[in-house]
Amino acid sequence: MMEADQMLDAKGLSCPMPIVKTKKTMDTMEPGQVLEIHTTDKGAKADLTAWTKTTGHEMLEQTDDGDVLKFWIRKGE
Amino acid sequence: MIKEMTTKELARKVIRAEPLFILDVRNAKDFVDWKVEGKNINYLNVPYFELLEGVDKLVHDLPKEGEILVVCAKEGSSKMVAEMLAEAGVDSAYLRGGMKAWSEHLEPLKVGDLPDGGELFQFVRYGKGCLSYMVISKGEAAIIDPTRMTGVFLDFAKEKGAIIKHVFDTHLHADHISGGRKLAEVTGATYYLPPNDADEVQYDFTSVEDGMQIIVGNSKINTIYSPGHTIGSTTFIIDDIFLMTGDILFIDSIGRPDLAGLAEDWVSDLRETLYDRYKELVGNLVVLPAHFMIMDEVNEDGTIARKLGELYNENHGLNIDNEQEFRKLVTEHLPPQPNAYKDIRKINMGKISPDEEMQREMEIGPNRCAVR
Repeated sequence: MMEADQMLDAKGLSCPMPIVKTKKTMDTMEPGQVLEIHTTDKGAKADLTAWTKTTGHEMLEQTDDGDVLKFWIRKGE
Repeated sequence: MIKEMTTKELARKVIRAEPLFILDVRNAKDFVDWKVEGKNINYLNVPYFELLEGVDKLVHDLPKEGEILVVCAKEGSSKMVAEMLAEAGVDSAYLRGGMKAWSEHLEPLKVGDLPDGGELFQFVRYGKGCLSYMVISKGEAAIIDPTRMTGVFLDFAKEKGAIIKHVFDTHLHADHISGGRKLAEVTGATYYLPPNDADEVQYDFTSVEDGMQIIVGNSKINTIYSPGHTIGSTTFIIDDIFLMTGDILFIDSIGRPDLAGLAEDWVSDLRETLYDRYKELVGNLVVLPAHFMIMDEVNEDGTIARKLGELYNENHGLNIDNEQEFRKLVTEHLPPQPNAYKDIRKINMGKISPDEEMQREMEIGPNRCAVR
């Protein structure tokens, strides 16, 4: 299991909330730190991937157990 | 100020070719895949997650006049962006239900009158290109190629005081989930499917074959076996006025024969249907297909219909003298298969029954039934 500095539980939240909260949480973190996000919104996968790229962060890993999607994102510089 | 726009209101604007500026805040990949189509629509695609810091920069790229509609996948993000724009002094509307709702919106339009008081209606699914039909005559109704939003058909028939007696699918569909069986179950109507498409079907149905006649009130539906898009594809003629060509012949293109992976086999059938069987029919018949691909195919009143004779003059797919060239057109450089077509066929065969949310997801995106 991947290690993370913070965990954001966004389960049950619909777009745009998963990314809005991800951004808010990331803003409080240091570059190099890893944020783990849990969401049930299927649309979040494509959006989080695109957002991560655009903002210069790094998507380390993603899992999908059918219900819950998990993402590990490392904050860029 | 922000407003909510319903899909019904949007459909009206699309039909009337009203100018509209759409700010689509979905991610770029989804926007490129499919979007709200219209003859007079301008677009700007900026994913909502690029606007989280603020919309000040975006405001400069928006038109100063005219209506702005913010659109996203389900409504949430578009509402958020519309609110941000309002705070920046820009008025806009957001699409209620988002693209998800647009994909499911059905607009009933009258195509014409039938002898002795009957009427023919076309249900246009602008967000996906599917076309369904309802014949209403003397209190009886027949539905052709219904989509899975069965409530719309049930309510419409009820409003018109008609009892649904017959439900047809022109062929086994691969691009959308048919509402045929469900409608038949709920109303007690007969459900018809061409037997040649039904090898693997897991439920009971009534076969619809060449040369049948079904009476609906004062109207009659005659059938012609017309293979090529699928091996079972069947064409319906309503009162010798309207020709329902399923996915064999569209206004601006012809059907692709490969959705069951059998392009090579069915090319000759397709050619025979288009160049022989249909050619024998009267040029004044009005062609009503099961799909449309581009806004050019939409008439001024929002319907998709054209005389067969006109199509023989203008439709490229009907005018390729050279058989080899025809074969090339329908087997090479085909657009990608429609989203989830294998699973959709399985659902239509009764092999799997995913829940409504899964069904919705499978149907996202445009249809790709034609050869262009």
